[in-house]
Amino acid sequence: MLNDTVLKASDLNKSFSGIVAAKDINVSINQGEIVGIIGANGAGKTVFVNMITGYLKPTSGKIEFLGEDITGIEPRNATHIGLCRSFQISQVFMTMSVKQNLMIAMSLSKKSGKALLDPIADEEISKECDKILELYKIMDQSNNIVSTLSQGIRKLLDIAMAVVGNPKVILLDEPTSGVSVEEKFGIMDIVIAALKQTETSVLFVEHDMEIVERYVDRVIAFYQGEIICDAPPKEALSDKKVIEYVLGH
Amino acid sequence: MFTGIFKDTSVRILITFMVVLCVLSSLVLPDWMQNNFMYGLSRGLAILGLMLLWRTNLVSFGHALYYGFGAYAVALCQKYFGITDILLRFAIAVIAAGLLGFCLGFILRKYREIFFAMLSLAFSMVLYGLLAKAEFLGSTDGMSISPSTLLGMELTRQYLFYLITFFVICAAISIQAYLRSTLGHLTTAIQDNEIRVEYLGYSVQKAIHIKYVMSACLAGGAGGLMAASLGQVDPDSMVNWNVSGELVFITIMSGWGNILAPFIGAIIFEFIRTYAFEWAPQAWAAIVGGTLLAIIFFFPGGIWSVIEKVFNYGKKKNVK
Repeated sequence: MLNDTVLKASDLNKSFSGIVAAKDINVSINQGEIVGIIGANGAGKTVFVNMITGYLKPTSGKIEFLGEDITGIEPRNATHIGLCRSFQISQVFMTMSVKQNLMIAMSLSKKSGKALLDPIADEEISKECDKILELYKIMDQSNNIVSTLSQGIRKLLDIAMAVVGNPKVILLDEPTSGVSVEEKFGIMDIVIAALKQTETSVLFVEHDMEIVERYVDRVIAFYQGEIICDAPPKEALSDKKVIEYVLGH
Repeated sequence: MFTGIFKDTSVRILITFMVVLCVLSSLVLPDWMQNNFMYGLSRGLAILGLMLLWRTNLVSFGHALYYGFGAYAVALCQKYFGITDILLRFAIAVIAAGLLGFCLGFILRKYREIFFAMLSLAFSMVLYGLLAKAEFLGSTDGMSISPSTLLGMELTRQYLFYLITFFVICAAISIQAYLRSTLGHLTTAIQDNEIRVEYLGYSVQKAIHIKYVMSACLAGGAGGLMAASLGQVDPDSMVNWNVSGELVFITIMSGWGNILAPFIGAIIFEFIRTYAFEWAPQAWAAIVGGTLLAIIFFFPGGIWSVIEKVFNYGKKKNVK
């Protein structure tokens, strides 16, 4: 793992009509690092992810990506610079097949300007999509319409669509929510293995401590919009504040 | 953009249909039918534009704005510059409507559902009000359009019909090329999930704006061709809200499954109207309305879904 900082949030604050959702957030993520974000409901995890990916503008503070200030960036521009995300509820094109979903994602990441008017059925793009489908082990679902598939497959597709442009950082919002207990480790094994291959930094929001313990290098715990712990998983999950405010023991 | 377009099944079906239509109307069918085909094909262009918007779940109740704008652009260019050439007329109508669509698109691209529909209706009624009051544009009487020419020679109805068919083929092929492109695929993707499209790095508003301008160009072209074939433009038959309603009506009736659907739907509509008016002059609107109700209840996918079912049935039978 390299120690180059790819993402840095400094003194990040966000409030909604006086209600504080994020307070003095200071975080830096290194290349290839896998960071778990934990916290009870309303702790500020998703607000943090939304500020990083441009869905919400911070009230104050600064976000830097590869040394450049990206505070308040538009979501689509965040994608262009290599900062992508997946969603708690899979955001995929339900009426299309798995392959069509990926073809659109791949096409948008590879083409721009007039090239977007070229036929989408491009052999090169199709081959690259097949590689990703293989990597995420959903090749056998390639021609199935997404609305007919399980939540687990939709989650994998959602993440696969987010990584087609080889992002530097990916933010996964509860990648195993809505997924059956039998499926969750299988899905995470596939996702983490695929992301490690490309040295993508991963920032994922998760409620399931088994997942956190098993896959992350570092844990950031949120409580009432503040970071109460930033440490390796074993240390973080035995921290007094984390036990009291996050794990609820 | 057009790579391999003539290998596309939809394009082949479209060209075959248009060629058969031209042959039948020039050799077998009576002259009055040719008029119906001409009006149907012209109007079909506007329906094709509405179909594009419909694929993104956008319904415009004010597309007569561009239809009428294209028609009046043709009338004004004839009045002030003496332009009667059909190629120029078509180009002027398309460009004028496209420019208007480009300007209004900045406002409309932010709205969805009923707000989009009603805002477009409001814009069309503004134009209607202006045209009805403007005496130099003939007010409610409108303006007459002289017969079209091509390279200085006056066109017969027959040749005008062929040219309209040619314009329709070109426009429909361009739309098919767009629909099979990455941008074209975004039309249904946006309908499915706008958030995902944004996070894939493309502006949803920009995609809708592009589509809106294309739709305006098609409606403008339709208005220009309709003006050339009718020989008359006036606010009531070109810009009024009932014209927009009629266009939406035919779009629903046609279905959105294929680029040919709008033209078949528009031609069928012309015939339904002609016969309904002849058989029941006092109740023709009820007959037309009843037809739409029947289609919505029994064939929600429009006429094209019926055609598809028939062909699929035929294919299954052959397989057996």
